[in-house]
Amino acid sequence: MRAAPAIRRIIGRERLEGENMADQTSHGIGGLTYDKSKRAWPNEANVFIALVLIILAFEALGQILPYMDNTSMLFDFNTNRDGTILNVARIKIVILQVSIIGIISLGVTQVIISGGIDLSSGPLVGAAAMIVMSFGQTELVNGQINPKAVFGPWAFDLPVIVPILAGLAFGALIGCVNGSLIAFTRIPPFIATLGMFLICRGISQWWTKGQPVSFPTEQFAAIGSGMMPVVWFALLAILLFFIMKFTVYGKHTYAIGSNEDAARMSGINVKRHKVLVYMIASMLAAFAAVVLSSKNLTAQAGMGQFYELYAIAMAVIGGVSLTGGRGSIVGTVLGAMVFGVIQSGFTFIKLDAFYQLMAMGTIIIGAVVLDQYRQQRSMAG
Amino acid sequence: MSNNIILETRDLTKHYGGVHALEGANFKLRDGEHIAIMGDNGAGKSTFVRQITGVEQRTRGDIIFGGKPVQFSGPLDAREAGIETVFQTLALADDLDVPDNLFLGREITKWNFLGPFRRLDYRAMREATLAGLEKTAVKIPNIRNSIRNMSGGQRQCVAIARTATFHSKLTIMDEPTAALGVQETAQVENIIRTLKEAGEPLILVSHNMRQVFELVDRVVVFRRGRICADLDITKGDITGEDVVAYITGAKTQEGYEDAA
Repeated sequence: MRAAPAIRRIIGRERLEGENMADQTSHGIGGLTYDKSKRAWPNEANVFIALVLIILAFEALGQILPYMDNTSMLFDFNTNRDGTILNVARIKIVILQVSIIGIISLGVTQVIISGGIDLSSGPLVGAAAMIVMSFGQTELVNGQINPKAVFGPWAFDLPVIVPILAGLAFGALIGCVNGSLIAFTRIPPFIATLGMFLICRGISQWWTKGQPVSFPTEQFAAIGSGMMPVVWFALLAILLFFIMKFTVYGKHTYAIGSNEDAARMSGINVKRHKVLVYMIASMLAAFAAVVLSSKNLTAQAGMGQFYELYAIAMAVIGGVSLTGGRGSIVGTVLGAMVFGVIQSGFTFIKLDAFYQLMAMGTIIIGAVVLDQYRQQRSMAG
Repeated sequence: MSNNIILETRDLTKHYGGVHALEGANFKLRDGEHIAIMGDNGAGKSTFVRQITGVEQRTRGDIIFGGKPVQFSGPLDAREAGIETVFQTLALADDLDVPDNLFLGREITKWNFLGPFRRLDYRAMREATLAGLEKTAVKIPNIRNSIRNMSGGQRQCVAIARTATFHSKLTIMDEPTAALGVQETAQVENIIRTLKEAGEPLILVSHNMRQVFELVDRVVVFRRGRICADLDITKGDITGEDVVAYITGAKTQEGYEDAA
């Protein structure tokens, strides 16, 4: 609020000088007028509108399609059921099914904002899930020794913090390698993380020679039970939102993605920062693996297939620019919701999964085309 | 104007392989003085600037800044020592707003115990930005807009305001108005006048004769990598034609016969 008088003073003088601009030739003249029409329209608003339109489209299809019997996707006017006009059960499912990939997409968002890309997050989920579950196993299953035990007896019934830390440490290691490769050898992020994609998939299969790891402790199983994935997604989204918006880390991430040379010239340690960005992304993916393996009560080598692509898709739908510098956590969360609504919507109108994939692909391409168009227009205007 | 010498170069030389881009430049800048560097393309102006600002490492010679010999390992070193440079390619982050760009790499922060996750003090930076813009008489109505949406002149003004906000000991501008329109050029020239009134020294690289004669005290002319003239233009006995003669090589000032 203390800034207000200063701003007013400047605006006031602006107006004063604007009126007799033609006479003024020396100090304080320039073509700097304020055009309200050029005020930035938040990108997140577009994503939100898209989300609403997509919901409306499915609601309309529910009414129009002959075999749907005028059902509604997200509304339920039989308020006797749970006292709201919303179909709470379906809304829960919509959010639940995007939560785990959503956690990954939070990390991917900051990688893309920094001007990079992370393809390794899906296989990292698989590998991290195997490792995490190995430290989260219980000793006795139906009175028998755990048949899926990976380590000896010492690894049974460890405190729940052990598997979590093991997962995060693995994520940090992978992220550190990713970031160091990109920062110090200057190979493109696409290549570095593509290599890591294969390495991680290899690790996940090598860990138990392809055997699934199962039977977690009760504590571990509680991490991802019920609606807990949604809670983790929400908490981490809020944390990342604050980090990206209100901390030096966030500001420097935007700066590097926006103009890496300018960031370097301004004294930002670009290399160290990139390593940190990839480490945080991989640790978020590893935490997603903790939640996923806990939710499924098992870890398998093939877990997390296509997750990296879905996570990138959520960010892109949410308006994160692949050229770096633009995008936000709010956008990505909305992008995740769009993703979830489309998935549920196709199930709702009883269309097969292959149509879902085609529609999803179309929407991702459409989102990027729209973004390009908007960018060109803002450059021209 | 004091006689305190803020920047001096002795025998400053830069060779790119066999190309002698800069040869034996002896240059002095007094505190509060505004100097223009002129010369044809390839005369060594930008090379000279790049040696002073640490963008490149000199082949030979000394740079004395603020009374002490200096050896900058990069532009950051130079900036920390108090030399602010507005490069031809503006070092701005397009997607950030004005305060963000002004404070990039030296943010005002709170909660510093959080290391890289320390909190930005947006309000303090905004206030300092407004103060800095007032000082330079730059008016950017909505400083919260991203740089991407600004005109060339506004961007240039932001880049220059950055130097003014941080009370630099020396400001260097490399052709700051080369790509600007009439009004925008006027705006940048006003900032330069403001710096002059504040007694902050400036080196201006420019091709614009009118601008140079309106703004600076002294013109140093480069030709084929050497300084060929050092002209005090405040007395009024030197005309634009004289300067052109030095630039083209029709004349060489006494004492600089090496450059002939």
